[in-house]
Amino acid sequence: MENLINIFIKSIFIDNMVFAFFFGMCSYLAVSKTVKTSMGLGIAVVFVLGITVPMNYMLNKYILSEGALTWISASMADVDLSFLSFIMFIAVIASMVQLVEMIVEKFAPALYSSLGIFLPLIAVNCAILGGSLFMQERGYSTLAEATSFGLGSGIGWLLAIVGIAAIREKIRYSNIPAPLRGLGITFIVTGLMGIAFMSFMGIKL
Amino acid sequence: MSDKEPLFSAKNRKLLTNPLGSDNPITIQVLGICSALAVTAKLEPAVVMTISVMAVLALANVIVSLLRNTIPSRIRIIVQLVIVAALVILVDQILKAYAYDVSKQLSVFVGLIITNCIIMGRLEAFALGNRPWPAFLDGIGNAAGYGIILVIVAFFRELLGSGTLYGFNVIPQAFYDMGYQNNGLMILPPMALVTVGIIIWVQRSRNKALIES
Repeated sequence: MENLINIFIKSIFIDNMVFAFFFGMCSYLAVSKTVKTSMGLGIAVVFVLGITVPMNYMLNKYILSEGALTWISASMADVDLSFLSFIMFIAVIASMVQLVEMIVEKFAPALYSSLGIFLPLIAVNCAILGGSLFMQERGYSTLAEATSFGLGSGIGWLLAIVGIAAIREKIRYSNIPAPLRGLGITFIVTGLMGIAFMSFMGIKL
Repeated sequence: MSDKEPLFSAKNRKLLTNPLGSDNPITIQVLGICSALAVTAKLEPAVVMTISVMAVLALANVIVSLLRNTIPSRIRIIVQLVIVAALVILVDQILKAYAYDVSKQLSVFVGLIITNCIIMGRLEAFALGNRPWPAFLDGIGNAAGYGIILVIVAFFRELLGSGTLYGFNVIPQAFYDMGYQNNGLMILPPMALVTVGIIIWVQRSRNKALIES
């Protein structure tokens, strides 16, 4: 249990998706104009990461990694399908996003109308595929660990995008040099936020 | 009309040169930032990444452009993802075979070319509505525009952060003897963002038309 909380905290603050690895920067920059919409996108990302990382963990453990197919027959112990992982992960992500979209539309129409436009965009958000690829590279040992990593990364991303959106709402009233307005200052502010987040690096978990 | 058009007509040349400056994918279209920032601590991975993106983008543009009349528009995203993923797997396997060290350094970022917004953005915006040859040029041009920013960022980060360029020491030992120190902050992730911010600043002060209101 302690281990799970460690992974969770670590993936929110220390290995933050945006500040440490720049995942999902495209939608981070494009959607962070107001707090309301960025909150919607952030929640959608938490949701999809929380579902796809465990799904891809199972896929990786029981089908793709070397020797994973021994549950079918012992003779398949030396089959290594890991070169297929990119295409399988992206297929799982694209179909899960589609499925989540349909389920949310049917059972939570209010949530759907607020998330609606963002859900399909998430299939091509690098944070989602990045989550699955990191899960594979770091080799989490149980399903619970992978899930806690997925949820933690999602929440870290949510924190980052809501933070920058709040700053951008205020910064609109500041007197910024004209060439830096908009995109330029957003980059620099994100860099400063990243330096602030680096203070969490000292935490030993 | 384009049957008679020469291969490098003025219009096609523009496809190659515009993304280098006034229509740059990173600083103007805001596409493909994720990988651009993460691989720029050193020049070598930045160059390898540029070449990989160029190969994937040019080929994906051509393939999608060839299939543009047969792909049903409802499932086009999935079709594009599959095409791109297949190309990325090829690139990844080639890198693992011939440049193993760099492939280790790039780690998950080769896989992330699949979701690199430059690829999806150009496929959606250009390849779906144009013939294969302009689509090919558009792919090369945009990847080159992406590469230019990567190389500039990596140049400054490697020079100031490690005192090397492409792995070779360029700062003379005499400087270190006089008390010069490498700036470790440049290696850390946040400085990539600030460097890109400064590039945007410089570019927009030179070209006032790009300033956001």
